[in-house]
Amino acid sequence: MSLLRSIFGGSAPGAPGAPPPEYLQQDEDTGRRPLHLAGNTHLRALAAMLTFALLALAAPPAHVQAQTMATGDLGLVVERASGSLLLVDQSERAALGRIEGLGDLSHASLVYSPDQRFAYVFGRDGGLTKVDILTREIAGRVMQAGNSIGGAISDDGRYVAVSNYEPGGVRVFDAETLAMVADIPTGSKTVGLVDIPGTRFVFSLWDTGETWIADLSGGAAGITRIGGMGANPYDALVTADGRTYIAGLFGADHLSALDLWQESPSPKRIMPGYAAGREGLPVYKMPHLEGWALAGHDFVLPAVGQHEVLWVDARSLEETGRTATRGQPVFAIARPDGRHVWVNFAHPDNDIIQVIDTLTKQVIHELHPGPGVLHMEFTPRGHEVWVSVRDAGKVVVYDTETFEPLAEIAAESPSGIFFTARAHRTGL
Amino acid sequence: MPANKLVLMVLAVLVAAPAPAPADPDAPALERLVRQDCGSCHGLSLKGGLGPDIRSGALGHHDRASLTSLILDGIPGTAMPPWRPLLSEADATWIAGYLLNGAEE
Repeated sequence: MSLLRSIFGGSAPGAPGAPPPEYLQQDEDTGRRPLHLAGNTHLRALAAMLTFALLALAAPPAHVQAQTMATGDLGLVVERASGSLLLVDQSERAALGRIEGLGDLSHASLVYSPDQRFAYVFGRDGGLTKVDILTREIAGRVMQAGNSIGGAISDDGRYVAVSNYEPGGVRVFDAETLAMVADIPTGSKTVGLVDIPGTRFVFSLWDTGETWIADLSGGAAGITRIGGMGANPYDALVTADGRTYIAGLFGADHLSALDLWQESPSPKRIMPGYAAGREGLPVYKMPHLEGWALAGHDFVLPAVGQHEVLWVDARSLEETGRTATRGQPVFAIARPDGRHVWVNFAHPDNDIIQVIDTLTKQVIHELHPGPGVLHMEFTPRGHEVWVSVRDAGKVVVYDTETFEPLAEIAAESPSGIFFTARAHRTGL
Repeated sequence: MPANKLVLMVLAVLVAAPAPAPADPDAPALERLVRQDCGSCHGLSLKGGLGPDIRSGALGHHDRASLTSLILDGIPGTAMPPWRPLLSEADATWIAGYLLNGAEE
């Protein structure tokens, strides 16, 4: 193994004229003895190159791959029931390996370090796990609360914040060591945690309808409290520029937005009374808001208790339209170019995806990937989308122009899919 | 055997035999529903999330009938939806029993 490491570590193979390098004497893996080439330095160099090529073709063990593998097109799929992560390769449309031992991953999410090497995984059971995707090992793990719901990483990569239901609040950890650096009790279930520029985090309080901003730039957390967001914020998103924070509300038929560029942000209602005069339909799964809401000049947002998605002008926040959908939307995710919006649904319509055209706001396609469609993740430029189909035990990759399936990857009860490109986006 | 007695016997058998209910609860499907769909709010392990803990120890204030009607009608003013549009009485009764008898084990 040491010789493989020396090769993959970058040492120059077989300099002409030098004594035959160790790996020409014996190939450890195959036991074959290479040609004897004493005296001819050119041939010897050629043989060295050939050997190098052969060794490169043979699958090297994981710790060797770690030194040569780029991570920019990798991703992790949460396997919610088995407490594991599937490491996937976007370009190859393939699984590379599995990382196990992460506890209860129902509703788990994760963020990436700026170098796209480490993932910080937020488990429902309060576990915060740091995973090295190069070595495919757990690099650290703390049980930081009893019940948690997601997290974020600061713009500088120094801090990882976790949003907790029990005890309600946010805890902030050193990204290197996972030592706790700030504890921010809120007295409420805490949701919609995102990062914004200035080493700050923003989150909302389910029980009190407040949004708090925690500023970690000075080390200790400085807190700004903003009331009046509305009843029962269930999730929130921030736009990629870190300016607009939008909270979805379960207890009111509007959403609320904050302009975080203002000195003292105050909530602005989005689409007040969008459900007025209509019977509220049962919500069998809360929608999710993610930072992929901008489609063209509009934000596209899931309604709550109505089977529709809502469109609002991104500058004025005034309504620009509604699109009736098959069920209660869970995710309404704009393709990275914004041209289409892909929507999945709560039980009992969770076997369907609808694709909406941003210009016409009409449903232009419907897909049936299988039972339990939980999440959709676009490749960074949007040419493909990966869809987790929980009850079919697979991830399906679609071409986003033709809507044709391109590949299927077996996974155990897959839920969230997270590509490493998220490392370089605010609010994901 | 007189014909009328035979009829009576047949009737007795028919009455005694449990009726093949048209909507016999599909236990594996309902267990999956509890884990995956109730689990959206209550957690895959039912320890709670946005919704409360629904393991048996946390349901001491309920009996099977009260829990069944809670499942069917939801709790107005909260995030607990009525499941009546999707579940039969028999399904809800099965789920209530499943939860009260320690589904988490």
